[in-house]
Amino acid sequence: MKVVLRNPRREVDVSGPTTVDALLARLELNPESVLVICGDTLVTRDAQLADADVVEIRPVISGGATP
Amino acid sequence: MKCRRCRAPAVVDVRRHNAAFCRECFLRHVREQVRRAIDDHDMLQPGDRVLVAISGGKDSLAAWDVLRELGYDADGLYLGLGIGSYSDESSRYAHEYASRHGLTLHSVDLARDYGYDVPGAAVATRRAPCGACGLSKRHLFNEVALERGYDAVATGHNLDDEAAVLLGNVLRWETAYLGRQHPVLPAAEGFVRKIKPLVRLGERETAAYCVLSRIDYIVEECPMAAGNRHLGYKELLNELEDRSPGSKAAFLLGYFERAHSRFAGDAASERAHLRPCPECGAPTTGDICAFCSLRARATVGDEAAVELVARRTARGRSSGRSARRATAPAPPGAPTGAG
Repeated sequence: MKVVLRNPRREVDVSGPTTVDALLARLELNPESVLVICGDTLVTRDAQLADADVVEIRPVISGGATP
Repeated sequence: MKCRRCRAPAVVDVRRHNAAFCRECFLRHVREQVRRAIDDHDMLQPGDRVLVAISGGKDSLAAWDVLRELGYDADGLYLGLGIGSYSDESSRYAHEYASRHGLTLHSVDLARDYGYDVPGAAVATRRAPCGACGLSKRHLFNEVALERGYDAVATGHNLDDEAAVLLGNVLRWETAYLGRQHPVLPAAEGFVRKIKPLVRLGERETAAYCVLSRIDYIVEECPMAAGNRHLGYKELLNELEDRSPGSKAAFLLGYFERAHSRFAGDAASERAHLRPCPECGAPTTGDICAFCSLRARATVGDEAAVELVARRTARGRSSGRSARRATAPAPPGAPTGAG
């Protein structure tokens, strides 16, 4: 499957099928710090991703937290 | 996973609540959390006019959207920071949201209205850009809200932002900062009320809210924030959260409930020494306020900027406060601007 990562934007190919949890573990990403979007919808950690899917992993951390 | 409320297929999981939600139930969950934060902390009263600080990012747009959904009279304020294409993009998202919903979005541009920008200020003051950025935002959000008669300024600070700030304040035992760290700061002489209605929501939740509400926002990180100390704290807290879901909420919400009052006196004693800044009238403990000091240092050497500052200051002195902001023209059918 094609996996789109952000900040900086880049693409990697990952073989499927797999679960969201397993994909994040493979990419060493903390599930707390990202959303996973498959096609045009959000998916939960147990969702199955197929080899033909296009998946965006979107970071949710922003740095503008000056008090 | 199934939605905890309706058993439909879930699209987002929130481990802190040991729950997953479908789209509709998640949007309701977010609004309920904001409603609870507002009620628990007496943030707003019926009829209050709210100015939402809009950056074009997920948190501020989510805050604006939810406040409107809950029926509040909420306008936006966008602050142009002059951070190259990042500012151009964030401005586009902010204005597109306002235009699509027919909302009033006020606009202040640091370079146009004050003669400096954040990158230039960081160089001139030899401080981290986030310091100049935060200082400018705090001053100008307050000033515009006072000038235009808003009852409160709402910011998009979420649970993760506040937990990271709390960790930083605790690590250094910044007791005055701890005393000021609260979801609502009441109005005082020279200060409008400040509220943080997203304080019960993690930033994963605010991002999911935007995606599921089809709110376009700037995903890219501010290029000036690289190496920001709070980003490091957030990463540490997220490692804890991954091992022990609910840790961030327990840390932050527990602080508000059980520890904040112990530090309130430190913040109050600092406020006792405030007096009006001779340049702009904002409360300060110094000879001039930190914003006027920053502006003066950031514009030194730029003749046009110095002239602009002098003109603004003269106008500010003669009128008490200066009126120098532009308000984005409202699209057809939009409500009347705030002033």
